[in-house]
Amino acid sequence: MKLPILRSYAVLYLAFLYIPILILPIFAFNDSTTAAFPLKGFTTEWFGRVFSDPALGEALKNSLIVAGSTSVFATLLGILAARALTRYRFPGSASLSGLIMLPMVLPEMIMAMALLVVLLSIGVPLSLFTIILGDVLICTPFAVAILTSAFQSLDKSLEEAAQDLGEGPFSTFYLVILPLVMPGIISAMLICFTIAIDEFIIANFLGSGQKLLSTYIFGQLRFPKNVPNIMALGTILVCVSVLLLATAEFFRRRGLARTGAKDTGGFL
Amino acid sequence: MTSSDKPVMIEFRDVHKYYGDYHALRGINATIKAGEFFSLLGPSGCGKTTLLRTIAGFEGISSGVVLVDGKDMANVPANKRPTNMVFQSYAIFPHLTVEQNVGFGLRRDPRSKEEKMRAVGQALEMVGLAGYGKRSAHALSGGQRQRVALARALILKPKVLLLDEPLSALDKKIREQMQLELIKLQREVGITFVLVTHDQEEALVMSDRIAVMFEGNIAQLDDPETLYRLPKTRQVANFIGTMNFLPAEILSEAGGRAEVQAPGLGRLTVDIEKQISSAPGTGQTTIGFRPETATLLFDGQAATDRESMGTVSEVVYYGDMTYYDVTLDDCDAPIRMSMRNVFGRPVLDIGTRCRVGWSPGAMVMFR
Repeated sequence: MKLPILRSYAVLYLAFLYIPILILPIFAFNDSTTAAFPLKGFTTEWFGRVFSDPALGEALKNSLIVAGSTSVFATLLGILAARALTRYRFPGSASLSGLIMLPMVLPEMIMAMALLVVLLSIGVPLSLFTIILGDVLICTPFAVAILTSAFQSLDKSLEEAAQDLGEGPFSTFYLVILPLVMPGIISAMLICFTIAIDEFIIANFLGSGQKLLSTYIFGQLRFPKNVPNIMALGTILVCVSVLLLATAEFFRRRGLARTGAKDTGGFL
Repeated sequence: MTSSDKPVMIEFRDVHKYYGDYHALRGINATIKAGEFFSLLGPSGCGKTTLLRTIAGFEGISSGVVLVDGKDMANVPANKRPTNMVFQSYAIFPHLTVEQNVGFGLRRDPRSKEEKMRAVGQALEMVGLAGYGKRSAHALSGGQRQRVALARALILKPKVLLLDEPLSALDKKIREQMQLELIKLQREVGITFVLVTHDQEEALVMSDRIAVMFEGNIAQLDDPETLYRLPKTRQVANFIGTMNFLPAEILSEAGGRAEVQAPGLGRLTVDIEKQISSAPGTGQTTIGFRPETATLLFDGQAATDRESMGTVSEVVYYGDMTYYDVTLDDCDAPIRMSMRNVFGRPVLDIGTRCRVGWSPGAMVMFR
């Protein structure tokens, strides 16, 4: 190795990224109420407490409702936008695509505040529904990004071939286009789900006291005796997230293999 | 039945197509007859694919009329036209099996499932893919995809089969084999084939008639032999094969014959009766001839017609053939001639003095 400094940099970088996450399960199984070394002993008590906390059950249910609805709506909007952006040339299509992608880089805090002001001024009561609205706004750019690449890898003559063989625009869409972009759709839904399930700022600003996973965890952190529970819950969430992202990537790659397109690097 | 009394299958009447400011089709007038193997030949960007796509219905036209089987196609969408297409990329549906691909167009067919399956089997057999039905489409080779695309289009028994550069993605060997198979297939099914190609050899081999296109216009529409023998313009002559051009002076012109004087060849009479008519006149012109219509005369060999003296200026050896560039005496530019190599006859060296035999009958005049 000519430049060991680069290698050590890379190792340090990865360590900084992932060691905190690896510490989570260590303390989750540690038989002590304080998250500190040295470790005491092995226990699954904290996991038991997590599962028996009714407030957590409520938060989990709310989060699943929010993340589930968000992933469905954001992906539906994503399909429409991606199809329009890849298939049609129209005046302003480039700036439109930019506007759709903008929420990805805008400070979330500002978007949440702006949404809050608008919702209150037009008299929409805050609820799970308003949280879903905010999350859809955050997630749609991700869905559009994934789906645009899925639609782009489609050979346009496949559509023409279906028409040539007698199918109209709608049957062409569900017989040919939909099956071929389905892996992209599943992948987009999974990504949106993982983003929405732990979304904190939107949940905090646009909710009216309904606990979601993120706000529940934040609330629990104020009580030191509950910290091990949070570690256990965090461990579960990390595992679920990794599983979901791996599934999303699996479907994305399968989509490429199906259409015979070249892998130009995924979203992950 | 000769080709002239066959019914008309496709007719273009003054077809124009604009893409914004770009004039892609500039007044196309042509008819394609039923059962004909018709080719649209030209360099890329000449409008040949656009013209094909106006038949299929994938491309609207800016003005003019496209008729298929006597019906104006103006308000007929692609999925209702009596045409089917073989795409350049084949457009095989990658998520379906070979069988499902070939049977795709039968979805609205009222026949029973068994009858449809039989039709699919027959179509696969016709293109030499019997037994491939259950395979996944993306596991096929280029040649096999091509066959699936053909079967998928022909199973619908279209009035016209449109082929958009169907062989351009194949290796040379497979391409030549597919050319012959396509001709055979076309004779069997009797369907009108319209082929788009940029390969002049392919067009000559396969077509009954060829339309040569440049810049949105049909420059010449003829059968392959006429097209090769009597090209109407230097552009057509150059696109189809090789042609030698010599400047010449028209001395007199009457009764479909022109008396011309050309450097290197001397005074000769060119038969211009079958060429484009124009007012007779005198002045500068260009005459041309194909490389194989002139021959090098060896030793005591006598010329069948006329002969001129020259010097070999370039030799290109191709195994079965040798190409010679010969500069004729009193002529600036060399002419190219192709000679079949005969056992026992030496290949001449550059600089050798030689006699060239040629024939006024092979000359074409360009105005």
